[in-house]
Amino acid sequence: MLKTRKQIFIEQSREKFSDAEHRRKINHSLLQSDIAFRKGIPQFSDLQSAKKTANHIKRTTIENLDIYLLRFEKHFTQNGGKVIWAATAQEALDAVAGICKEVNARLVVKSKSMVTEEIHLNPFLFSRGIEVVETDLGEYIQQLAGEPPYHLVAPSMHKSKEEVADLFHKKLGAPEGLAPEALTQFARKILREKYVQADIGITGVNFLLADIGGVALTENEGNGRLSTSFPKVHIAVTGIEKILPSVRDLALFWPLLATHGSGQQITVYNSIFTGPRKSGEKDGPERMYVILLDNGRTRLLADPKARESLYCIRCGACLNVCPVFRNIGGHTYNSTYGGPVGSVITPHLKEMKEYGHLSQASSLCGACTEVCPVGIPLHQLLLHNRQLAVKHAARTEKFAWKLWAMACSHRRVLNLAGGHTKNRVAALLFANAWGKNRKLPRFAPESFNQLWKKQR
Amino acid sequence: MHVELFIPCFIDQLFPQTAFNMVQILERAGCEVSYNTQQTCCGQPAYNAGFMEECAVVAGKFIKEFSGENYVVVPGGSCTGFVRNYYSKIFGGTDLEQQVIMKAPLFYEFTSFLTEILGIEDTGATLKGKAVYHDACGALRECGIKSAPRILLNKVRGLELIETEDAERCCGFGGTFSVKYEPVSMAMGEQKVLNAIKAGAQYIISTDLSCLMHLEGYIRHHQLFIQTLHIADVLISGAENSILREKL
Repeated sequence: MLKTRKQIFIEQSREKFSDAEHRRKINHSLLQSDIAFRKGIPQFSDLQSAKKTANHIKRTTIENLDIYLLRFEKHFTQNGGKVIWAATAQEALDAVAGICKEVNARLVVKSKSMVTEEIHLNPFLFSRGIEVVETDLGEYIQQLAGEPPYHLVAPSMHKSKEEVADLFHKKLGAPEGLAPEALTQFARKILREKYVQADIGITGVNFLLADIGGVALTENEGNGRLSTSFPKVHIAVTGIEKILPSVRDLALFWPLLATHGSGQQITVYNSIFTGPRKSGEKDGPERMYVILLDNGRTRLLADPKARESLYCIRCGACLNVCPVFRNIGGHTYNSTYGGPVGSVITPHLKEMKEYGHLSQASSLCGACTEVCPVGIPLHQLLLHNRQLAVKHAARTEKFAWKLWAMACSHRRVLNLAGGHTKNRVAALLFANAWGKNRKLPRFAPESFNQLWKKQR
Repeated sequence: MHVELFIPCFIDQLFPQTAFNMVQILERAGCEVSYNTQQTCCGQPAYNAGFMEECAVVAGKFIKEFSGENYVVVPGGSCTGFVRNYYSKIFGGTDLEQQVIMKAPLFYEFTSFLTEILGIEDTGATLKGKAVYHDACGALRECGIKSAPRILLNKVRGLELIETEDAERCCGFGGTFSVKYEPVSMAMGEQKVLNAIKAGAQYIISTDLSCLMHLEGYIRHHQLFIQTLHIADVLISGAENSILREKL
């Protein structure tokens, strides 16, 4: 029988549980994130009100998503760009394929983009004989390793520098044991060639700006700029939720994203693209497209509670603080978007029946909600998903909760058996699920309730 | 002051002594304590599993069992936070809404009740050794409790409190999560325990026994030299002839 996604999730979690090296690397990496984050935070004199304002802006925008998207389209078109609306991943892929065909593209350079991971753009282009090169160093490493990104903003955080050196040696013929600086130089040399040769540059989008018809891109390596300035065509692919009403909103959202994403006050490169090269301008692409992708997002929008997850700016802070992520790592989720926000949105973007387990696989500690820069109540949205998933629950579980409600409705039922009997029942029910690595707690011979009645 | 008790279901069944220790401290502090023997559970387990109907049945019975005239003291932040923050969501727009609005804010986790309402910072307890304090998620994030337990523990004679980098990190219990996703839950618990040992602690102290029960299970299975203690058990230890008593 084929294993369910949940079974695979639990199996892989167990593998990670006993992988001490993985634990060491992730703890190290997350500690660095935490240190950087704490250093970055003091730039906000009042972080809570900054978050509240950001939440308010995103709420207003998402509640009026149609208006702002159309406004963006109008302005971006006026700027000479072309907006493509894609209801599904396939429509987005077809759009990219169409553009590639028009310009007879052989080589595409990409800057970091999760949404192109979501639609599996790279294998699609490869299957059409088009070479795709990831230019964000972390993504480049992942591409060489043949792995999906491990984390929304730190795609190869699970790899040690030794592992990367080894990968460069094996895949690129780099000398053995290069240090990180040398590795970066090595990659840089290869990538520089690619930028110049590429026919198309594909990027993600951090913010769509409705008032000016612009696309804001945030990065630290300059690869986003190079990917958009050498090739003749720039395609920006984005989920429809990435929109902000105004370029002025960046004054808040750029530092919020930078601090929560990487602990910086502001990321190194922040570009705003407002359409293709205009006459008299010296550089920039001849054509620029923005693909607006739905791919399940309007299902989130239709649900008044789950809708709040569309405020997400993909900073990755919720992953960094999540104790589940820390222990199972980014790949165990087996979904494009990992961590708390991924567990909230994936069951909606895909199927609740197939991905509902992600919403169950949380201790609901609330660290994600606490850190979220745009005030998404992530752990409450996990609870919301659990409510939606009840209809898919096993019959035994439904029965168990009925029984529980019955017992808890009558105090005398709880006092019926003594501690000894309860211990035996608990051992029968939970020894397997609880007790492989833990001893079961012992029931007291008599409950507080019984003792109180006796003593008072 | 008259106070009512809410003894969470698993404390009722598994750890009655801790509940009695809390009662004793409250009585020494001059409280008159009453307990409605009909109470069972606040309904949180079903809510967290997504079973709203079953939750509402149990929670609806529960809220009626409190008078609404007195503070309700609870040995744990998780159940307190649930009643305080989630009952209004469950019963919004129903007949019980008014009762919830009136009663839910009266629920207080034990240590915050001692420090904020009674103004007690020293229970006169003595416990020798080093301890880490574990910020239980329900206490920390649902009730905003950070300083109350530390204020009280810092006054315990002989006790050295160590702050660790992971104090606020979840222990991995999470109710049904602990059995449904045992490997994840265990990995989280293991790191918590090993970090405490590495910090040189002999005790892991918390406001919430659900966390401690899970960590204790790991400790006992692996026969490690560290012990979990509920804060009520700490605050009562060696406190028979306490300053608190003399003061009152």
